[in-house]
Amino acid sequence: MPERGPSERARDFKEVTLGYTEEMARGEAERCLQCKVPTCIEGCPVNIDIKSFIGRMIEGDYPAAVSVLKERNALPAVCGRVCPQEEQCEARCVLGKKGEAVAIGRLERWLGDYDLTCELDHRCVPEVGAPSGKRVAVVGSGPAGLACAGELRRFGHAVTVLESLHATGGVLTYGIPEFRLPKHIVQAEVGLLEEMGVEIRCNVVVGATYTLDELMTAEGYDAIFVGNGAGLPVFMNIAGENLNGVYSANEFLTRVNLMRAYEFPKADTPVMRGRKVAVVGGGNVAMDSARTAKRLGAEEVFLVYRRTEDEMPARKEEVHHAREEGVEFKMLCSPEEILGNEGWVTGLTATRMELGEPDASGRRAPVCVMDSSFVIDCDTVIMAIGTRANPLLTATTPDLEVTKRGYIVADENGATSKPGVFAGGDIVTGSATVILAMGAGKRAARAIDEWLSRDAE
Amino acid sequence: MFPIVHTRQLSDAVFEMGVTAPAIAAKARAGQFLILRVAEGGERIPLTFSDWSAEEGWIRFIFMRVGKTTHALSHLGAGDSLADVVGPLGVPTHVDGVGRVAVIGGGVGAAVAYPVARAMCDAGAEVTVILGARNADLLILEDEFRALPLKDLVITTDDGSAGRKDLVTAPLKELCAAGALDHAMAIGPAIMMKFCAATTREFAVPMTVSLNPIMVDGTGMCGACRVTVGGETKFGCVDGPDFDGHLVDFEELMSRQRVYNDLEREADAEYSRQCSCHS
Ligand SMILES: Cc1cc2nc3c(=O)[nH]c(=O)nc-3n(C[C@H](O)[C@H](O)[C@H](O)COP(=O)(O)OP(=O)(O)OC[C@H]3O[C@@H](n4cnc5c(N)ncnc54)[C@H](O)[C@@H]3O)c2cc1C
Ligand SMILES: Cc1cc2nc3c(=O)[nH]c(=O)nc-3n(C[C@H](O)[C@H](O)[C@H](O)COP(=O)(O)OP(=O)(O)OC[C@H]3O[C@@H](n4cnc5c(N)ncnc54)[C@H](O)[C@@H]3O)c2cc1C
Ligand code: FES
Repeated sequence: MPERGPSERARDFKEVTLGYTEEMARGEAERCLQCKVPTCIEGCPVNIDIKSFIGRMIEGDYPAAVSVLKERNALPAVCGRVCPQEEQCEARCVLGKKGEAVAIGRLERWLGDYDLTCELDHRCVPEVGAPSGKRVAVVGSGPAGLACAGELRRFGHAVTVLESLHATGGVLTYGIPEFRLPKHIVQAEVGLLEEMGVEIRCNVVVGATYTLDELMTAEGYDAIFVGNGAGLPVFMNIAGENLNGVYSANEFLTRVNLMRAYEFPKADTPVMRGRKVAVVGGGNVAMDSARTAKRLGAEEVFLVYRRTEDEMPARKEEVHHAREEGVEFKMLCSPEEILGNEGWVTGLTATRMELGEPDASGRRAPVCVMDSSFVIDCDTVIMAIGTRANPLLTATTPDLEVTKRGYIVADENGATSKPGVFAGGDIVTGSATVILAMGAGKRAARAIDEWLSRDAE
Repeated sequence: MFPIVHTRQLSDAVFEMGVTAPAIAAKARAGQFLILRVAEGGERIPLTFSDWSAEEGWIRFIFMRVGKTTHALSHLGAGDSLADVVGPLGVPTHVDGVGRVAVIGGGVGAAVAYPVARAMCDAGAEVTVILGARNADLLILEDEFRALPLKDLVITTDDGSAGRKDLVTAPLKELCAAGALDHAMAIGPAIMMKFCAATTREFAVPMTVSLNPIMVDGTGMCGACRVTVGGETKFGCVDGPDFDGHLVDFEELMSRQRVYNDLEREADAEYSRQCSCHS
């Protein structure tokens, strides 16, 4: 897939990859063997009928291809960009066994974009069921909430999405940077949900503005889906962590993406533009933070990770992009202390690590190398070591069962310990992926539909 | 959109604004805050509720004009709207059973002190309010405080243009020394709260402070509002804004409040160039 050169793209926030042309998309689709027993579909967490949408593409019937896609996935332009396809559908593609798998993700992206850019009346707006008379509140407008809302509308229920921020999309909007997922795409896909009649109310913090109980009683909702994500930032509890210049990845990315701090002072929210930035972590969030710091003008960006590149949880493509853009990898390094002067970061002390014996899970745990501390000279440190469940909502709903770590306990259909309340996405599983969150939202929608009709009998 | 229904200028740089926001008004409590954005592209800024009416569905807040966002806010009036208002955020101030209490409001902190003092009076506390300002022109809400059933209202100014020529810590110390306090609560600039805490610590009078770290989301998602309390990191927006004043690391708070000073001056200068009515 065509992409912009690293030196050009690392200076702005425009999209890195350019996507297929129609000709390229058609050509790639034609590589598909249209297997009798398509194994790719099993690799998709929401079981998109991949064979059939590619089949329609080969015929050149794009609107039909889009509608096959949308039967299972309301956000194809998003998923086509951010899903780890190489571990999912593409990993199961027969062609991949000998040569290169069909680029299913890129085809999905192309179709998603086709649907968003084509004339309005061709746009595939899923059909909405006859009004059921039931009202459902969806907490959070991330992928879990959006998928659930779309599905509930199809069943004919009235749906209101309640979002605490002033913009929808969850991590898609405040976390994943513009250069990887343009915000206008997220907003266009949310717009389609509104066309289906989903009501969206921003600036509502459930747990503060309303509790879950108030939504059920005073506000009169018949059921609730909670998809509030796992947005509580984790810090390492090392010395110097509250110095000026230390960010959680959440804060750094939120300032840049949601508040558009890269346009400061045109946009009002500032962000520190570090000259030498150390990013701690090895996942997608760390890659996004490191590449963002580069784009804000950092001369040097170090990625500090405890294990080796092989263990890094980030997508290979993103690791590759980060390296191309000049992010320097400091592998097998564990942060010890953040150094400061008059309140501001001046460096990061780290210890060298080596991989020890494999533990019970088969993963080789990093162990410290004695007396190997060294200092990384930097003025900004971004902690991208994960997130946890935010207790704001659950603290005001004592009868909602949560795990020791604060995640909501739900069965595979999203049912929680509280009648009429369902949950899914990162708030149940811990930080996972967009498509898994969407899958959870959709399964919960089906369970909610059943619960509401049982209620009617 | 959130329609503005009321504005009032309280002093040269301090303004009151009322906004229609029924869901928030129904839940607001003393000591809690809201986050607003004036318009698209704007910054999210936290402001404390100064008043609200659940019945009529409005909330009020009082703000001091300090930078770009509060400047923009000061130019709006009834009939205009705010892009976003979210709340109520933070833990309400503890007002039950506080006994004999001094509520200290410094500068625009008086705006926050007012609903707190009122709620404490309602809860049956014996409330002494100490209002401090640099000079008489900067004193706000004096009449409102006088209308409360307070035990006493003490006013101090740096230059003696109103009340006592003193810092708020002087009458606070006298009350502590007289054994007349079970509790103290201070709201104002970090430096003032720090000295109030030092004063009460000397007499072992428990002390609450209402902190104002820099915030973004206000819901515990970003960690911008980190403060060290008793050696532990707390989030100002969800664990606070009230904390035990004897345990707060004020030096760190003040340092963190200054992070964006240079950048904010830049934004404000840019704004002045574009906006001719900016003073
Ligand atoms: C920087 C970053 C990069 C990532 N990259 C990828 C990637 O490339 N591919 C991939 O598959 N996954 C990626 N992920 C993970 C993926 O984004 C998440 O797994 C997914 O977004 C989870 O969806 P969700 O709907 O459960 O929660 P979220 O997306 O977190 O959405 C939750 C929403 O609920 C709102 N909310 C929270 N509390 C409340 C409340 N009390 N009241 C009302 N609203 C509330 C939040 O504001 C938010 O909008 C990434 C994550 C991050 C942070
Ligand atoms: C919980 C809380 C309650 C508050 N209540 C009030 C109130 O009732 N009345 C009042 O006048 N002020 C209050 N403040 C302070 C108010 O938020 C700042 O004055 C305002 O954000 C300044 O914005 P600005 O763009 O006009 O100025 P800027 O030029 O952006 O900033 C001036 C100073 O304000 C502070 N500040 C800037 N941005 C933020 C931010 N996003 N969050 C917090 N502080 C910031 C910094 O110390 C900064 O140096 C409160 C702050 C907090 C955290
Ligand atoms: S303001 Fe973001 S966590 Fe408190």
